Amino acid sequence: MNSHLRRDTVLIVVFGLVYAALAALVTHSYYQLILTVVPIWATMGLAWNLLSGYSGFVSFGHAAFFGLGAYFVALAQIGWNLSPWLGIPAAGVVGALAGLIVGIPTFRLRGHYFALAMLAYPLALMYVFEWLGYQELALPMRRDAALEFMQFDDHRVYAWLAAALMVVAMLVTMRVERSRFGLSLIAIKEDEAAAEAAGVRTLKWKLLAITASGALAGVAGGLYAVVLLVVTPAAVFGMLVSAQALIVAMFGGAATVWGPVIGALALVPLSELLHARLGDKIPGIQGVVYGLAIIVVILLAPEGVVWKWRAHRRARAVAPAPIPYEEAAAPTLAPPRSALGQGPVIFEARGLSKSFGGLRAVHEVSLEVRQGEILGIIGPNGAGKTTLFNLLNGFVRPDSGNVILDGREMSGSTPAQLCAAGVARTFQVARPFRRMSLLENVIVAAYLRERTDGAARAAAMDALAQVGLAAHAHRLADGLTNKQLRLLEIARALAGRPRILLLDETMAGLTASEVEELMSLIRALAEGGLTVVIIEHTMQAMVRLVDRFVVLDEGAVLTEGDPARVTRDPAVIDAYLGRKWRLANA
Amino acid sequence: MDLPQLTENFLQALTAGMLTGAIYGLVCVGLSLIFGVMRVINFAHGDFMMLGMYAAFYAFGALGAVPMFGQWLAPYVSALLAGPAIFLAGLLVHKLLVSRVTGMRAGALASEGHYAQLILTLGIALVLQNGALWLFGSAPVSIQTPLASNAWAVGPLYGERIEVFVNQGQTVAAVIALAVVLAFVALMNRTRLGKALRAAADNAVAATYMGIDVARAHRLAFGLGVGITAIGGGLLASSVSFQPYVGLEYVIVMYAGVVLGGLGSVPGAFLGGLTIGLVQQLSTLFLPNQLQNAAIFIMFLVIVLLRPQGLFGAALRRT
Repeated sequence: MNSHLRRDTVLIVVFGLVYAALAALVTHSYYQLILTVVPIWATMGLAWNLLSGYSGFVSFGHAAFFGLGAYFVALAQIGWNLSPWLGIPAAGVVGALAGLIVGIPTFRLRGHYFALAMLAYPLALMYVFEWLGYQELALPMRRDAALEFMQFDDHRVYAWLAAALMVVAMLVTMRVERSRFGLSLIAIKEDEAAAEAAGVRTLKWKLLAITASGALAGVAGGLYAVVLLVVTPAAVFGMLVSAQALIVAMFGGAATVWGPVIGALALVPLSELLHARLGDKIPGIQGVVYGLAIIVVILLAPEGVVWKWRAHRRARAVAPAPIPYEEAAAPTLAPPRSALGQGPVIFEARGLSKSFGGLRAVHEVSLEVRQGEILGIIGPNGAGKTTLFNLLNGFVRPDSGNVILDGREMSGSTPAQLCAAGVARTFQVARPFRRMSLLENVIVAAYLRERTDGAARAAAMDALAQVGLAAHAHRLADGLTNKQLRLLEIARALAGRPRILLLDETMAGLTASEVEELMSLIRALAEGGLTVVIIEHTMQAMVRLVDRFVVLDEGAVLTEGDPARVTRDPAVIDAYLGRKWRLANA
Repeated sequence: MDLPQLTENFLQALTAGMLTGAIYGLVCVGLSLIFGVMRVINFAHGDFMMLGMYAAFYAFGALGAVPMFGQWLAPYVSALLAGPAIFLAGLLVHKLLVSRVTGMRAGALASEGHYAQLILTLGIALVLQNGALWLFGSAPVSIQTPLASNAWAVGPLYGERIEVFVNQGQTVAAVIALAVVLAFVALMNRTRLGKALRAAADNAVAATYMGIDVARAHRLAFGLGVGITAIGGGLLASSVSFQPYVGLEYVIVMYAGVVLGGLGSVPGAFLGGLTIGLVQQLSTLFLPNQLQNAAIFIMFLVIVLLRPQGLFGAALRRT
């Protein structure tokens, strides 16, 4: 792991040095300018990538951060005589702050709305800066103190500075990608709700991402101002700026370190040269080139160059010998657990109600979960079982009533907070992070209790071993069977070392023998001291698994008690199992 | 400024707001149709509107000379002509590009599909804007009509002190906009095509089972959506000057209206557009002109952040 990190760090630095050396050979001033803007746009692409590439929150507004950085450097030099050597890093701070300020309200939005809202920020800023009278801001010439004010006669220095900035942005991206930060962002992209349920504090990571992203974009904007010496609202806040950040990253491959750089190397010189050759005859050629590039990339290779190449290489590589995998021997059936139910109440719903529009999904539900028990919640379709889980783990806020854990009121907590407090859950329809390996799926959740990468990895391996998936640790979650998906979700839940596990129809769609395997696993977990609450349809299996039933019907508790009593209750039989069942078992 | 003066300014802005708002409403209806039926956010919508403005501009150039239409009628006829022209362009763009990332096929892509659409329409927007710069040049133009500089005076009211001017050109444009919206509503409610579009909007899979060609419905919705907006653009073209980048200013205006009305609702979109027109004109009472659009953007942000389901839309729940 560390050797990989060192090797890639060296690779990036060498790439930067080679770029700088090649730039040193170019003397033609126009080509020098191109060689300077390529790394600046690569940095912008990396900035966009850090937020949108990894987290999947597509921003059409990165020009806001770029423009603020550019104007800050220009205005600070004009107003306070501040050297760009200080101004550019400060522009990073400005960009970071802008990112945070934009992120706090805007992350309430998803998908379309997020993208639209992000588009509005730079356009609004563009009008504000025009109104402020900054239509064209020139950086003052400082021949007297050229070095102090970054005004070099030798324009190659700008290319070197830009290359250095690009290297820094690449190293930052690489570090992020291989850390808890990056994994959390990718998990958010794959399935934000599942990430939150696995204990990932999604809002925190998204805000961190937009702050870091804004900082990089601000610095890029600051350097751009110094290189071009003139700042205009359209040039730094315009739609082309945001689009260029997006397209270099997507062309090369989003969510990679090299993608935005490859994209910038390919597209920026092309559009600049076309602009220089044909710009007078065809104004707007640059925009047309970027627009066409976007269209072609989306239609032909939406994943970008780097991912195409990786897929190609994987296809050509000799398929690795599969790790010999023996079906984990089914743990011998645990003997029927001695009557529990005497443990203290640790988790409790009191009078929970939730309506959607006119539909009363859950109405005045109270139930107690005792330490160490396996509690089954059954009820016909639409009885409100999943809504009850959503209320218990914080996905949905109750209209009234309380969720109480260890005597503490928890309603209003986020799923991640509940997860941290020891309540984990799985989903009725399995929600793995499909394009992450099984191990990564579980590591994301393991960070909840582990401080270091190594410890999280070890804990994740343990959790996978516990459910019998250790042999598949490096497979992508995408190709799993239904049973494996169920097991993966349990492993992900276990990685956060919960005290209470909420299982939502974990056995749905499994064969009889698979159900047996899963039941032994659940029993083994309970033997190990875990408290389990399970929603299920398959009554027969449940009778042999749970210590106690709560029966829901039409959003309310119909009855509760031990399996023997509940299955004989005529009201339960009629509501849930039907009269036939009662007659057949009479 | 004394009270009558303030009242006069207010009434003047209110009138201007209603007239501009009616056209914004029309423009928003087109955008809303596309979202309602296809669930696609079309970033290039403002640029199709820009194309509509230029289509009307050139049609006017050709028609203005024709005595049959004369100078009075020609601007409106050309605005209406922009509709079918951009309708065809929309069909083409949908068939060649948009259909590849939308519809049934995009369903499998789940959230990825949405990003592909968003980003594709961004690409189309860039090509249209910059292609237009090449074709039409960057100098702002507008459709010159004598009506635009004529106004009816209402008043004097309130003891001779208040007089409100109602621009004749804008009034005719607003009436036409309203007529087009009503015609569109009739099309949606009365015809087979309208039924097919509504069915495809409601549930594409179920519509397919009912024998509705959803792909065709999407194509027509896209064409109609940009066509309707192009008419709105053509109507605006006689009261504002425009250049190839004008779409960017309006895309946010349009989305503000559509989101305000609740994404996907046609009557909501019209009311939303009307509201945005009012806000824009009333903001001139206390904001400098240059900040008009900034005010709309900020209003847009406030709407999406506080009430993303819109003022007239029902609350949606998503997990």
